[in-house]
Amino acid sequence: MNRRVSLIKNLDWITIMLYAMLVFLGWINIYAAVYNEDHQSIFDATQRYGKQLIWIGAAFFIAIIILTIESKFYSAFAYPTLILMVVLLLAVLVFGVKVNGARSWFQLGTIRFQPAEFAKFATNLAIARYLSQHNFKIHKIKSLFITGLILFTPAVLILMQNDTGSALVYSIFVLVLYREGLSGFVLFLALLAAIFFVLTLIYSSFTVAILIIAIAAVSLKMIGVQVKQIVIAFGILAGSFGTLWLINKGTDLQLENFSLVVIAILLNTIPFLVHIYRQKITKAAMVLLMVIGSLFYTFSVSYIFNKILEPHHQKRINELLGIQSDPYGAGYNVNQSKIAIGSGGFSGKGFLNGTQTKFNFVPEQSTDFIFCTVGEEWGFLGSGVVLLLLLGLILRLLFLAERQRSSFSRIYGYGVAAILFFHIAINVGMTIGLAPVIGIPLPFFSYGGSSLWSFTILLFIFLRLDANRLELLR
Amino acid sequence: MNNYSNRRFIIGGIFAFVILIFLIRLFNIQIVNDQYKLSAESNSQRRVTQYAARGLIYDRNGELLVYNQAAYDIMIIPRQVKIFDTLDFCNLLGIEKEDVIKRIRKAKKYSRYRSSIFMKQISSERYAVLQEKLYKFPGFFVQTRTLRKYPHHNAAHTLGYLGEVNDKHIKRDKYYSKGDYIGKSGLENTYESVLRGAKGLKVYWVDVYNRIKGSFHDGDLDKNAVEGQNITTTLDITLQEYGEKLMQNKKGGIVAIEPNTGEILVKLSSPGYDPEMFVGRAMSENYRELANNDTLRPLFDRSMMATYAPGSIFKLVQALIALQEGIITPHTRFKCHNGYHVGRFTQKCHHHKSPLDLKESIQHSCNAYYAQTFRNILDAPRFGSVSESYTNWRRHITSFGFGGRLGTDLPSELTGFIPKASYHAKQLKTKNWKSLNIVSMAIGQGPLLITPLQMANMVSCIANRGYYYIPHIVKSIGDDGIIDPKFLEKQQTTIDPKYFEPVIDGMDLVVHGEDGTGRSAAIKDIRVCGKTGTVENPHGDDHSVFVAFAPRENPKIAIVVYVENGVWGSRYAAPISGLMIEKYLKGKISKNKKYLEKRMLDADLIHIEKDKEE
Ligand SMILES: [Zn+2]
Repeated sequence: MNRRVSLIKNLDWITIMLYAMLVFLGWINIYAAVYNEDHQSIFDATQRYGKQLIWIGAAFFIAIIILTIESKFYSAFAYPTLILMVVLLLAVLVFGVKVNGARSWFQLGTIRFQPAEFAKFATNLAIARYLSQHNFKIHKIKSLFITGLILFTPAVLILMQNDTGSALVYSIFVLVLYREGLSGFVLFLALLAAIFFVLTLIYSSFTVAILIIAIAAVSLKMIGVQVKQIVIAFGILAGSFGTLWLINKGTDLQLENFSLVVIAILLNTIPFLVHIYRQKITKAAMVLLMVIGSLFYTFSVSYIFNKILEPHHQKRINELLGIQSDPYGAGYNVNQSKIAIGSGGFSGKGFLNGTQTKFNFVPEQSTDFIFCTVGEEWGFLGSGVVLLLLLGLILRLLFLAERQRSSFSRIYGYGVAAILFFHIAINVGMTIGLAPVIGIPLPFFSYGGSSLWSFTILLFIFLRLDANRLELLR
Repeated sequence: MNNYSNRRFIIGGIFAFVILIFLIRLFNIQIVNDQYKLSAESNSQRRVTQYAARGLIYDRNGELLVYNQAAYDIMIIPRQVKIFDTLDFCNLLGIEKEDVIKRIRKAKKYSRYRSSIFMKQISSERYAVLQEKLYKFPGFFVQTRTLRKYPHHNAAHTLGYLGEVNDKHIKRDKYYSKGDYIGKSGLENTYESVLRGAKGLKVYWVDVYNRIKGSFHDGDLDKNAVEGQNITTTLDITLQEYGEKLMQNKKGGIVAIEPNTGEILVKLSSPGYDPEMFVGRAMSENYRELANNDTLRPLFDRSMMATYAPGSIFKLVQALIALQEGIITPHTRFKCHNGYHVGRFTQKCHHHKSPLDLKESIQHSCNAYYAQTFRNILDAPRFGSVSESYTNWRRHITSFGFGGRLGTDLPSELTGFIPKASYHAKQLKTKNWKSLNIVSMAIGQGPLLITPLQMANMVSCIANRGYYYIPHIVKSIGDDGIIDPKFLEKQQTTIDPKYFEPVIDGMDLVVHGEDGTGRSAAIKDIRVCGKTGTVENPHGDDHSVFVAFAPRENPKIAIVVYVENGVWGSRYAAPISGLMIEKYLKGKISKNKKYLEKRMLDADLIHIEKDKEE
C-alpha cells in the first residue's frame, strides 16, 4: 500500500502528461488522415482510428504493468531481454511475412507484430547495463568492441530484414556514448563527415577541397602558427597547383582540378613535415593529416556515389539534396507531403478539412507521413505546437536522466531521449524534405500497435526507473 | 554525478537546434512560400470541361437540318489504371484485348498523368451498360460530347462538317484545346463563333484516384456552358432535296436565289455525299475515301469552286452593256450567214433567220450578233482606244459580281476570271490589240471563268432589273435574328433598269418562242424567262447550262443549272431548271411534266461516261 502511494508520488507526471497529449493528438490526426464519410465515428473499430484507440488502451495497460514491476528487474534482465529479441529478429527472417518489401513482421492470425520495434528498448537496456558496469572504460578496445557488438547485432539483423530505417536508429547511440565520455572529437568528425558528404554531392570535390584548405588555414592560425608561415605554406601550395595546372593543360593527362589539389599537397607533404619538425609545431602535423584524411574521404564519397551506388539510391539522395527534381518519380512522396504541409498555411485548414491528406495524395498518411495531416489541418501553429511538445518531452527526459543516482538509469534515460530524437528528426525531416525517405514512425503519432507499444515500453521503463531514482541500481 | 554531466547541454542543444531548423523550414513552406498552396489546389482539383451544345441549324421554313446527339468518349489516365478484368472490359466495349493494350500504350505515350481519349464515341447503349461497371476500372472515365445529326441527308457542302482542332487552331484561338471540335467547312466554319457557344467549366475536388469528392469551393469557380445560337438558313430543304435527286448520277451544280433578297434557296454540287459520313468514328475513313475519288470529286463544291466559261449565257450581259453604252437599241438588227465573217476570221453560228433584232438574237443565241455588238462596244470612238473601251466594259461586267468574290457567308468562294486589259496586252504581246483579237469573249468563251454562284447572281440582277443582294445562306441568327448588314444592302449594277425589258423579252422567247432553245423549262401558268448555254469542254462532251428566273413579273426565284457533259443546254439543264422552278412555285410537278421528271431522274451521265472509258 505504502509502496504504491510512493510510486504514484514519485512518478514524473509532467512526462506522463506530455505522453498522453501526444498519443491523443496522434489518434485524432489518424482519424483526420483516414476519415471518410461512411465511417464517421472515431470509435469505429473497423477503421484505423478505431483500431488505434484499441492499441492506445492496450498501451495504457502495458504502461501500468511496467510501472508495477520492480525496477531491479530491468537491470537484472537487460541481457536476457536482448538475447530474446535477437532470437526473435533471427526468427522473423525465417518465419516473417513481407510488408512493403521488408520482411520484418510476424503474422498471428490478423495480428501483426514487428520485433524490430521492440529491439530498441531491449538494446537500450543492454547498453545501459553494460555502460554502467564498473570495469567499463569507453576508450578501452574491449569496451568499445562489446558496445559495438550490442549495437550492431540487432542493427545488422534489422538491415537484413530490409528495414534500413529501423536499423539506422542504432547510430543515435553515439549521443549516449558521448554523454558517457566518448571523445567530442568523434562526434565532431561524424558531423564534419556528414557536411562534406552533402557538399561533395551538391557542389564538386574541388569546391570541398578548397573549403578543407580554408579550414586548415584557420585551424593553423588557431593553434598559434605565425601568419607569415601560413601565407608562405599556402603560397607554395598555390604555386605547385598552378604549375600542375599548366602541365595538365599542356599535356594530354586530362586530370580533374580535384586531383591536381591532391597531388600538390602530397608533393609538399615531406617538406612541410620537415619544416614542422624543425619549428617544433607538432599540432600542425595533425592539421596536415586532417587535410589529407578529408581529401581522401571526399574522394571516396564521390567515387562511391558515382561508381558504386545503384541508380535508384543515387536518385533518392539527389532528390533529397535538391540536385535532381523528379516530382512524380523518386520525389513523389516528399513532394506531395510538402504540398500538403505547405498548403496548411499559418493556422491550417481546420480539423477534417485537409484536402491533400484526405484525398490520398500523400502516401502512408496515417503511418510515416502522419505529420502531413498535422501540417495541413493545423498549419504552422499546430505543427509548431506538436514539435515543441516533442522537444519538451525529450528535454524533460534529459533532465530526468541527469537526476538519477544510478548510472544505469541515467544511461537508459539518455537512450530513450536519443531514440525518440532520432525518430522525430528523421520522420519530420522526411515530411518536409530535410531528411531521406526512410520509413520510420513518428513516436506516439503514427498509426500502428507495434510502434506505439514499443515507445510506451521504452518510455515507461524509464519512468519506473525514475520513480526509484534515489536507489542505486546494480 | 559524473564528470561529463555538462555534456547534457550540448546534447540538449543538438535536440533544440534540429527542432529549430524544422520550425524555420515549416515557417518557410507554410507561410512564406505559397507555391505549395497553389500546387495543393491543382493537385486535388479536376477541371471538367462542360461542352456547350452547338447551335442547331434550320431551313427557311423552320425545318430542322442539323441537331446534336450525345456521344461518349472513354478517357484514360494511365497512372491510375489498376489491374482489371480485361475480358469483361473487352466485352463491354466490343474490342479485342490486343486493342486494349495498344490503346493503353498509346495513352501512356501521350502522358501517364493526364487524361487522353481511350476510345472515341461509344454508343449510348454501350455507355448505359458501361456506366454501371466503370467503378471496376480505375483510371477510366467517360466524357460526354455531342455529335451532329442530320434528319435530311442533303446540303452536305453547304452545312459543312466538324473536325478535331489542330495545333494551328489552338495557337490562333485560345478558346480551343486539344480534342475540341471546330467547324471545318461550310456553315459550320463561317458561323463557328455563333454556333459553338461557350465552353463551361466544373471544378471538382478529387482524390488521388481521381474520384470526385464534391464541388470545389462550393462551385465558385464553375462556369456554365453557354449554348450555341441556332441558325436559320435561307435554304429550302425540300427544293434542295429535289434538286439533289434530279442531279443524281450527273456531275454539276445548281444554285437558286430569291432575287429580291439574295437568299440562297438551293445550292448543290453533284455528286455530293451524306453529311452523316463526316460524323463520328468513321469520319477519317470516309473522308479518305471521298477525297481519293478523283473522277467524281464528291468533296468538291462545284456551286462555288468550279469555274466554267460562261458560254452563250454571257450574251445577256453583253446585250445589257451594249444598250447601256448606246451601241445598240432593242431594234438594232444584224445579219448572220451561219456565222460572223471578217476577212479570214469566222465565228460560226447555227442556222436561223436573218437578220434578227435583239430579242431574237437572244432567242436564237446568235453568235454573229454578239460578235458584231462586242466589237462595236470595244471600237466605240468615245474612249479613244480599244483598251480603254475594254476597261469600261469590264467595269460593267464586274458590277454584276463577276471577276471577284461576292462576299457570301460561305467559305471557299472563288473569284472566277474576267481579264483586265493588261492581260490581253500581255497575251497578245502588244498594247495596240484589236477588238477582233478577243471577239470570242463576245459569246462567253476565251479566258472568261465564272462560278455557278456568280452566274445565279447575274440572273438575280436581271430578274431585279438592275441590282442584287449579296447571295447569302443565313436568314437569321439566334433569338435576335441579326445577320450581317451587308446582306441587306442593295448592290447596283451599272445598267439602267429600262434596258432590262428587251433582254427579258428575249429570255421569254427562249422558253416560250416557237423554236426557243429552252422550251423544256416552260411551266403552265408561269412565265419563265431563261437562256441556254453550252460550255465547251475539251475533255469530253460539252457542259449543259441553263439560267432562268420566274415569274417574269415579281420574280421569286433565279436559278442556274450546270450539267457536266450534258451536251446542250436544252437537253438536261433546261428541263431540270423548269422542274425546280415549278416545284418551288407550285409545290408539285404537274401531270404533263411527270414524264420529263422521270427522264431527268433516270438520266445517268456518270456511268455512261465510265462505260465509254472502259
Ligand atoms: Zn447567228
